[in-house]
Amino acid sequence: MSEKLMKYSDAVKEFDPVFGLETHVELCTQTKLFCPAHEEFGADPNTELTPVSLGLPGSLPVVNKTAVDFAIKLGLALHCEINEWSQFARKNYFYPDMPRDYQISQFDKPTNGNGYLDVDLEDGTVFRVPIERAHIEDDAGKNTHVGGSDGRIEGADHSLVDYNRAGVPLIEIVTKPVEGAGERAPEIADAYMRTLRDIVRALGISHGRMEQGNMRADVNISLRKKGETKLGTRSETKNVNSFRGIKKTLQYEIRRQAALLDEGGEVLQETRHWDEATQTTAGGRVKSDANDYRYFPDPDLVMLHITQEHIDEITKTMPEMPREHRARLQEEWKFSDLEMRDIINADALDLVEETIKDGATAAGARKWWLGEISRVANEHGLSLEELPITPADVAEVEKLVAEGKLNDKLAKQTVTGVLAGEGTPDEVVKKHGYQVVSDDGALEKAVDDALAADPEIAEKLKSGNMKPMGAIIGAVMRATHGQADAKAVSALVIKKVKG
Amino acid sequence: MAAANELVKLTAAQMAEKIRNKEVSSRELVDAELNVIEAAEPEINAFLHVSADEARAQADAFDKKNAAGETEDLPELAGVPIAIKDMIVTKGIETTAASKILEGWIPPYDATVITKLKAAGMPLLGKTNLDEFAQGSSTEHSAFGPTHNPWDTSRVPGGSGGGSASAVAGFEAPIALGTDTGGSIRQPGAMTGTVGVKPTYGGVSRFGAIAMASSLDQIGPVSRTVLDSALLQEVIGGHDVRDSTSIPMDIPPVAAAAREGYKRDLKGVRVGLVKQFTGDGYQPGIEARFNEAVKLLQDMGAEVVEIDCPHLEYALSAYYIIMPSEVSSNLARYDGMRYGLRVMPPEGVPQTAANMMAYTREAGFGDEVKRRIILGIYALSAGYYDAWYGSAQKVRTLIIEDFNKAFEKADVLVTPTSPTTAFKFGEKMDDPLTMYMSDIATIPANMAGIPAMSIPAGLSDDGLPVGFQFMAPQKHDEQMYKPAAALEAALEEQWGGPIWQSLKTPWLGNAK
Amino acid sequence: MPTFTRETVEHLGHLAQIALTDEEATRLQGELNVIADSINKVQEVASDDVQPTANPIPLEAYLRPDVPQKPLDREEALASAPATENGMFVAPQILGGEE
Repeated sequence: MSEKLMKYSDAVKEFDPVFGLETHVELCTQTKLFCPAHEEFGADPNTELTPVSLGLPGSLPVVNKTAVDFAIKLGLALHCEINEWSQFARKNYFYPDMPRDYQISQFDKPTNGNGYLDVDLEDGTVFRVPIERAHIEDDAGKNTHVGGSDGRIEGADHSLVDYNRAGVPLIEIVTKPVEGAGERAPEIADAYMRTLRDIVRALGISHGRMEQGNMRADVNISLRKKGETKLGTRSETKNVNSFRGIKKTLQYEIRRQAALLDEGGEVLQETRHWDEATQTTAGGRVKSDANDYRYFPDPDLVMLHITQEHIDEITKTMPEMPREHRARLQEEWKFSDLEMRDIINADALDLVEETIKDGATAAGARKWWLGEISRVANEHGLSLEELPITPADVAEVEKLVAEGKLNDKLAKQTVTGVLAGEGTPDEVVKKHGYQVVSDDGALEKAVDDALAADPEIAEKLKSGNMKPMGAIIGAVMRATHGQADAKAVSALVIKKVKG
Repeated sequence: MAAANELVKLTAAQMAEKIRNKEVSSRELVDAELNVIEAAEPEINAFLHVSADEARAQADAFDKKNAAGETEDLPELAGVPIAIKDMIVTKGIETTAASKILEGWIPPYDATVITKLKAAGMPLLGKTNLDEFAQGSSTEHSAFGPTHNPWDTSRVPGGSGGGSASAVAGFEAPIALGTDTGGSIRQPGAMTGTVGVKPTYGGVSRFGAIAMASSLDQIGPVSRTVLDSALLQEVIGGHDVRDSTSIPMDIPPVAAAAREGYKRDLKGVRVGLVKQFTGDGYQPGIEARFNEAVKLLQDMGAEVVEIDCPHLEYALSAYYIIMPSEVSSNLARYDGMRYGLRVMPPEGVPQTAANMMAYTREAGFGDEVKRRIILGIYALSAGYYDAWYGSAQKVRTLIIEDFNKAFEKADVLVTPTSPTTAFKFGEKMDDPLTMYMSDIATIPANMAGIPAMSIPAGLSDDGLPVGFQFMAPQKHDEQMYKPAAALEAALEEQWGGPIWQSLKTPWLGNAK
Repeated sequence: MPTFTRETVEHLGHLAQIALTDEEATRLQGELNVIADSINKVQEVASDDVQPTANPIPLEAYLRPDVPQKPLDREEALASAPATENGMFVAPQILGGEE
């Protein structure tokens, strides 16, 4: 069922989008929010459970201090008011992956309220996204659907539940309705998510990897006719788990809702889902009274008291924030504004920084991540981080080049090998026998052979006409299967003809 | 074997003393109790599960340590056997909350109180009966059949902890653990002529107590004497980091207070009579025993003052909003996914997870539990939250303030524990509201988190036990133990022995 | 004053995830209205100036150190499950996504 869409440029001419993001960030604490079960991505199913995370009768939640510390850190980074007293509340609903059939969250007394996040846009301007709250809550388990196609819920015959993730701490960051974004709404949402990701990583409170589900967002959006003040009916697209998905959800919803409203139709207040395969959002349940979560203060958990001393203590541990961090790096790396923005837009800052830390030059690191690696990423529709190459690999390739062990061509082939999953640069080099042939006998012989094969060129070179040098180098390269160092060949040729 | 029958009539403190003097072993006590259990259960049905093998093994382990002189650091009650209300989680021993939905559940962990009992070398005799999920006042709501009152087996033992109360009253155990959310330890205590204590909320860890209403639930002792309860409270009490509502403080000196009380000197003790709990509404025999007991307290030097707690008349209403609200959420987890019963929908109904849950809960929960869940969901739903749940939480504040004022004028407050003596089976089953009235005097202590206890005050005109309730300020449980022990001593002097002298116990004659 | 209609009781049964029978719904409706009548009086004294109390003891949350402890063995965790497969708990068909 394909829905009517308005052209994006027409939609944003006629309507103002008002959007909001509810972002779940999974915290990288050692243990779960309410019990001392270890939390680690990728553990065997149902091996990280205590009576509490399994919701056994009689079990009781006890708050993890580190989770609270992390919430305070994020609150400070988002310029939030950190409430002296906050309260955990139960959100009641039944679902097989919820061990207690209620989620412990925060309702009317969240730990962090009222803040903002400044995000840098591509044109160099700054947009301030207002934050409503950032509260603490616990995650549910995971369902694997069996018997249908592709593990999807539709058509599945039954599901298998792994409760390892149940109880993992989350912070949900809720923006206020973002107004005045106009046609840039998708770009602002994207920049907001990336900035938020950079912040949680800088704070060390989350791995911030969307593809692993460390971050996911619910995207709310409504349209209102230009010049009006009343907010329109919004749709809510749940659990979008990629930056691209968020941007495209907004673009799609703006076009869909505009087409509906333009025809005098109504937007349903409903929950939708982003479908990566079709690049569309699909309608889900219509919100109704059935969604009565019956929030009430969790009687198993008394009030959370955050003292000024506690906040002061956390303040002392606050690292440099991403914007300042970037400014400092740009200075160190001596990149232009444009070069820096390219890196940020390619989502390569952390990778470049890491690569430089591992020994590469700034220019070298930048060249690889924005060049060949970005090309491959785009080709496969993957993020740089999802590719099987690490900053250490790139630094290693750069080192081999600097040491003269690889030339540019071989370096590129090595990177291609690493990207193809053939192993580390060392392993790829060994596997293919990549090696720059420089001053050994083999190279000398190849030069002699090339000169002997074309006496005319040899004569020109001897007479000081260096123009045909390229032809000789080409011949040597062919003979050495590309492993010769062009500079070394050139030097050798000069030595020969002059000698 | 008369000697065994005499053994089980000892108080827990006396048993402990005999163990220390090597006059009796823990194993002998366990065997004696198991014999009584075997003889009594066909008539009483106090136990859902008797853990005979575990109890014997625990007793043997204790006796071995005792022989080696390695028990000196243990609590006074070391080696004394105990029965456990089946609302408390015991590792490896079936725990059901008397519900079909949990039938067959073998927990993989111990409640904190069980860990403490085990550390004290106290053998666990078994799990006692209760109203399903502790919801009821007669033990008739157990999914596994009611418990009978040893004083008259055609009558209920009260509830929800009728199993623990009857087991202790009938000499099947010297002491037991109960849980008290609105009177579930004290009201059965009153109806079976035993002592039942609800400590200060947070005084005993709730970790491993199956939740009914988390802000009201409290584990506490059941015994035949005030001192036994005090000694047991000292074993199970204290701060527990696994329970966020546990109070970080030392256990109040309750055993010392009880021993002080046995001196029967109450000079300087101010006893408050709560206006709202005197007068109408009580069986005449209950009122008479209550007034006589107050007179005895006065005779021992206590000063009696009248106390007005105007908001207590709203306590029952507020309780029947807060309790079911918490119940509706606490009992959500019984959904057929991780443990307990699973019932698939009948043919013709889609075989979905949601329907599985709905049919499991329909089949697994009894009427009273369903009633409370539905009521609680209503009280919490968006349109009624403020009018019901919100208002009830405010009433709670007013009750706490009333008690704070009352305790400026009095050290303890006293009331009859229950408006009636034990009633006949079926008498109140069709009328939930009348059943709820059974707890009118016990509920306020839960609402305010204050400690309270019931002790026997004699028999009513119908020959059935009457309970006398003491309440003390938060964290000052010792303040009620002293006058309670004094009253117990004075009454026993009048009666020429403990109240159970009047109890007919044919099963003791049948015991091996 | 809140009253329980037949429709309300059925809706509450749905929220409670309990497949009430017709007979139960009818009985509950009567009983709940009697109870509601009685407990409704809490509103008489719950004025705006009274703060609500969620928990009777004025405590602040104890914060647990973030140190892992030994989890349940998988066999222990799964031992009481009505149905398991490949070390996981089996749910019948799940329709639609909640969260």
